[in-house]
Amino acid sequence: MRIPGGGRTALALALLAAALLVLPFFVGNYVLSVLVVFLFAAYLGQCWNIMMGFAGLLSLGHALYAGLGAYVSAALYVRFGVPPWFGLIAGVAVAAVAGAGIAALSFRFGVTGVYFALLTIAFDEFTRILFDHFDWVGGSAGLFLPVKTLTHSDVWQLRGSPAMFYYLLLALSAAVLVLSRTLLDRRIGYYWLAIREDQAAAQSLGIDVFRYKMAAVILSAALTAVAGALQAFYDNNLYPDTIFTTARSVEIITGPVIGGVGTLFGPIVGAFVLTTLGEAMTVAGSYFGVPGLKQWFYGAALVIIVLLQPSGLWPWIRRSLRLGEDAR
Amino acid sequence: MSAPLLTLERVSKRFRGLLAVDDVSFAVPEGGIVGLIGPNGAGKTTIFNLIAGVYRPDSGRILLGAAEVGGMRPDAACHAGIGRTFQLVRPFGALSVLQNVMVGAFRSGAAPVAAERAAREVMERLGLAEKADAPAQSLTLPERKRLEVARALATAPRLLLLDEVMAGLRPVEIDAMVGTFTDLARDMGLTILLTEHVMRAVMALSHHIIVLHHGQKICEGTPAEVARDAKVIECYLGTGT
Repeated sequence: MRIPGGGRTALALALLAAALLVLPFFVGNYVLSVLVVFLFAAYLGQCWNIMMGFAGLLSLGHALYAGLGAYVSAALYVRFGVPPWFGLIAGVAVAAVAGAGIAALSFRFGVTGVYFALLTIAFDEFTRILFDHFDWVGGSAGLFLPVKTLTHSDVWQLRGSPAMFYYLLLALSAAVLVLSRTLLDRRIGYYWLAIREDQAAAQSLGIDVFRYKMAAVILSAALTAVAGALQAFYDNNLYPDTIFTTARSVEIITGPVIGGVGTLFGPIVGAFVLTTLGEAMTVAGSYFGVPGLKQWFYGAALVIIVLLQPSGLWPWIRRSLRLGEDAR
Repeated sequence: MSAPLLTLERVSKRFRGLLAVDDVSFAVPEGGIVGLIGPNGAGKTTIFNLIAGVYRPDSGRILLGAAEVGGMRPDAACHAGIGRTFQLVRPFGALSVLQNVMVGAFRSGAAPVAAERAAREVMERLGLAEKADAPAQSLTLPERKRLEVARALATAPRLLLLDEVMAGLRPVEIDAMVGTFTDLARDMGLTILLTEHVMRAVMALSHHIIVLHHGQKICEGTPAEVARDAKVIECYLGTGT
């Protein structure tokens, strides 16, 4: 059973990877821009999943980490001409420190479950208000990156076509997939799942719960900030009210919830379904003159999944395709 | 008797107004199996939680060998050599039996291969080998109780605390568990402290029994001595008229 399942999984993965690699050559700019939105959502969902899916820590304020990555890298670029990748590293560091601070504060004082989730919202909203009044980065009027017209993509300057961002994000998503899989197979992964399932029992088996929860938050925050920085250089404009809004945090978690929390492929599948169907709804909405059709669809999709497939789409697809244990 | 592995010296623990453990002292010899019995609310589980680091004693000392373990965090107590089971079983439901036991086995090192080998050995002993890939939440109660023990045992403890692992089992299953623990203590030099309501198991397993009532130690001795003790009979059955 194991070998056919494994072979089937390897084949499915290879086909998927090949399709994603050649896709930009066959689609127009519009479809490509939708695919970039999909990959942003997939990658962000994967990062959030490390905290919630593996360690059982519900973050409802992940926009904070993406936003810090975006603002730090963009501000350093605009104000001091710091190259984007150095700015990105700085943004990742700031997000990691912010995550560590919030986590240490929460876990030291025994804030868990719903209260921890509320605290993550509070810190995100607090940061949004702070940035609204932070004139050095444009305040509520926004921060803008100079747009240059180039004849070719320049990865070093993060300036280029949607295809460049597509491949960057594809590589990031694949990297986090491999990283997640590797971590789950090691002691840290076993410990995260144990903490998720029962913290007191985990502690009685010698697990330093504080340390492993901290590790999950810091890793998730740092990886999330990478996408934030890329988003800044992709959109070229940043407003606190769109970057740090709780609506964005909710958007980040919708993909993995639909696809399957705690699974490796769920966040990717969920992001794909939501982005493509959501985009179709936007088009249909403007065609039929029904504004907000996409939001209705998001809400309906969540309700349907929670009612019919509470563990998400991916576990159900995996069973249907009889894929092996490798395709968790 | 050999030197004590676990020593409680005048340990007390108060919750608000209730004195749950009142000036209790006893010792568990290395390699011994000691039973801790008493009616509901006598303080048995509180003593377990004090030893395992869930609570900090208000006064008194808890020693493992020569080292003070009272007031340690639960994970530190585990690293010091104390393994424990929970009265209400707490399996990692979504994980397989093997993964559950491996979490315990990782206490001794980070290598997954070594952890799996150690886990399989323990599962073999506890009769869980055939259930390796089953999700823990699919197990029956007796299987969950054994999983609880296997997981604690996989941390390679010197002292194993068993909190009512026989409760809810049928007599045949109890006899099987008694056999398992007798073998464990003999083969692995394990020291066991157990609480139990199932007298059949306590009497068969324990070399020595400590009786608690209202947080105080009222009597200790061999199973036969304890069973004859007037105070013990009184606290279990009440005074006859």
